[in-house]
Amino acid sequence: MRIIGLAYESLEPGIYMHDLVDRTYRIPYPSDGTDILVRRLLEIGRIEKIDVLFPNFDAELLAFMKSREVLEKEGIHTFLPELGQFEERHKANLPAFGKKYGVSVPEGKPVANIRELKEALEDYEYPVVIKGKFYDAYIAGNFEQAAMYFNKISAKWGLPIIIQEFIRGTEVNVIALGDGKGNTIGAVPMRKLYITDKGKAWSGITLDDPRMLELTNHIIRSTRWRGGMELELIKSEKGEFFLIEINPRIPAWVYLAVGAGQNLPEALVKLALGIETQPFTDYRKGVLFIRYSFDLITDISEFEKLSMFGEL
Amino acid sequence: MKKQFERPYIKKIRAGIPSKFGMSVHNEPVTHIDNNPVPELIKQFGSPLFVISEKTLRETYAIEKRAFQTRYPRIQLAWSYKTNYLDAVCRVFHQEGSWAEVVSGFEYDKALGNNVPGSQIIFNGPYKTEEELRKAIGNDSFIHIDHFDELYAIISIAQNSDKKPKVAIRVNMDTGVYPMWDRFGFNYENGEAWDALNRISLDNNLELVGLHTHIGTYMLSTDAYKTAMTKLADLAARVEKKHNKSLKYIDIGGGFASGNTLKGAYYQGRDIVPGFDEYAEAITSALINSELNPSKLPLLILETGRALVDDAGFLLGTVIANKRLSDGRRSTIVDTGVNILFTSFWYEHEIHPAKSTSDHLEETTLYGPLCMNIDVIREAVAFPLLRKGDNFVIKRVGAYNMTQWMQFITYRPNIVLIDMEGKAHLVREAENLDSVRGNERIPDHLK
Amino acid sequence: MKLKRNIAVSESGFLFDPTGGESYSLNEIGLEIFNLIRDRKTADEISSQITSEYDVARDDFEKYYFDFVGMLRQYKLLEDEE
Repeated sequence: MRIIGLAYESLEPGIYMHDLVDRTYRIPYPSDGTDILVRRLLEIGRIEKIDVLFPNFDAELLAFMKSREVLEKEGIHTFLPELGQFEERHKANLPAFGKKYGVSVPEGKPVANIRELKEALEDYEYPVVIKGKFYDAYIAGNFEQAAMYFNKISAKWGLPIIIQEFIRGTEVNVIALGDGKGNTIGAVPMRKLYITDKGKAWSGITLDDPRMLELTNHIIRSTRWRGGMELELIKSEKGEFFLIEINPRIPAWVYLAVGAGQNLPEALVKLALGIETQPFTDYRKGVLFIRYSFDLITDISEFEKLSMFGEL
Repeated sequence: MKKQFERPYIKKIRAGIPSKFGMSVHNEPVTHIDNNPVPELIKQFGSPLFVISEKTLRETYAIEKRAFQTRYPRIQLAWSYKTNYLDAVCRVFHQEGSWAEVVSGFEYDKALGNNVPGSQIIFNGPYKTEEELRKAIGNDSFIHIDHFDELYAIISIAQNSDKKPKVAIRVNMDTGVYPMWDRFGFNYENGEAWDALNRISLDNNLELVGLHTHIGTYMLSTDAYKTAMTKLADLAARVEKKHNKSLKYIDIGGGFASGNTLKGAYYQGRDIVPGFDEYAEAITSALINSELNPSKLPLLILETGRALVDDAGFLLGTVIANKRLSDGRRSTIVDTGVNILFTSFWYEHEIHPAKSTSDHLEETTLYGPLCMNIDVIREAVAFPLLRKGDNFVIKRVGAYNMTQWMQFITYRPNIVLIDMEGKAHLVREAENLDSVRGNERIPDHLK
Repeated sequence: MKLKRNIAVSESGFLFDPTGGESYSLNEIGLEIFNLIRDRKTADEISSQITSEYDVARDDFEKYYFDFVGMLRQYKLLEDEE
């Protein structure tokens, strides 16, 4: 087996880890156009005979989902969500998603100006969450704060702004893999133990909560989810689960699932290649991951090769 | 033979972790437009030069027509004059069977001048003079009413006329799109549209023929059209039930996006813009699934402008000079300014060299030729190393530029149409001093 | 005009400035001119060589040459001139 790295930038550390990655190629960003990205990928595919492709960068998912047939014709398999699945789980579509699949989501409403904000807030109890269409979320304790965040977020991300019921509780997550026919191939629930100031999980622990697995199975069964996913949930003080977001890919903390006994990346390769895969039925509870960073030492000649020829 | 010269350059390598801007990619040249070499066109017609491909116009029209016709039995396209009212362009669409959609007396006259029968002109817009209304009524045109003041003006004209005005109302509504366009027409949610329909239906001097909406511009969501059509069909069904009258048509307007990339967008326009099939699916499914009587389904009218004409338009230009800015950044001055490329305020226009270049690209700011700070065609584009006098081609400029351009500082250039056989025809001559001064008058004391 | 002594340039056109830690890339002509400057050729000599090799007029070339040298100066790749 060979692992081929695809890099957007010359300082991505994986490029220089020759014990993990056999060869790396630079590729253009999806923002240059799907056609250009796929052309480069096919070029690499002809040299390297790529069997399975795993996108990890949020912005590239859409490009590869749309190019599924073109890639398959060249023997490059993916195992990604269907476009419809991808679209309906968008943050702005969450209330509709919750209604369609019978999943509890925080009450939310889009508003386009301060007047609508004021009217809408009459139906909510403070605190409320004020969220942008794509990014940013703040908790507002009164109307003045809500209006301030409204202005702040709309200046940055545009309209509408979504106001959302604030649910007091703990954030928990599930990593899961669906086979596209409604079956859950694997699922491991986790709570973040330490979060960086950028909101990324730096440490986490596997949980024993059958209700989280039930909810995951329900979502995968009813959406017939295809591929990896990360569920972001809030467990309220009353013990109810609310779905906050579905990330349509395997999260960075996937190795915790492997460590707990579910080798989801391996299962994903099998699914992509059409090899029959038995669902995982168990995992070890109370397993931790603690992330660490490492200084890789390399020579400028390595950097030169990648920069000048786009390959290393 | 000597080697081809390219200007020498040195570029700093950005050593970064993933960011929004990545590996720059080769910029493919656009050497010909419908078999006409770009330098030949410029030699013959000057630079800058707008070029319209008749082939692309007709092919795009056929694609849209097919997308809707295969899903719904009765459709009609009405060419949106304001998008591009060059007679040559309008006549191509009229030959294809398109009606005319106009929003002013000037455009109305232009449509008549293009031999469009009055009964195939749709008169939209918030401002129609009484004289224009009388003319439209006399010609049996469809008048889309924008507000109650206009409705009462038409009622009063109709009372003293032997013609029965054919009217529709424009409806605005919440389609889940922000901002909501509520300045044109009658609102659906607050019942104003329903009031207007009742008022018209009870007036024997008026003929209520249809419903119209136009939900926005550059719409990337087909769902919004589905919502809009559902609401219009609901109104039509209520008219059917209460007044026992089937409306002749529902006009869903335009607003389909073209493949241009909006400023600030992450993905290229061509990757995220829905195709005609997707728009057609959303619109026709809502109409077919409505409560309307299936044996009397209304005609579906589309006023697509931008999506029909944008790809057919090219702007050819020439490099005037290369320059360094104070921080070493490169800038290139070109002869295509914002005065003729109005859409550069909204789009990151795709710009290609007219001949093949090496793979080297340099981050460049493209300035137009005007002595005005706002004259910027692209703030930052990875551009090949073009030299003074080299030609380039800006793609997808067919919509709005040839109508919203302005005579400012320089003259407006020639426009040519390349016909189906590949022959170039001058369809609008470049302006000269007389075309600018012709309407000026000098008071005696300044002579 | 003199280039900084410790600058390394490879055949691929990759240039590393160990003083500032920045890396650069040169196109083919850029690399050729860079090497000529390194060999202490004068502007006149460089111009003669390039215009005999490439399809470019002398006046035209001069413009691009000074622009290129300007960029070398901007990137601080030249020794301060006395």
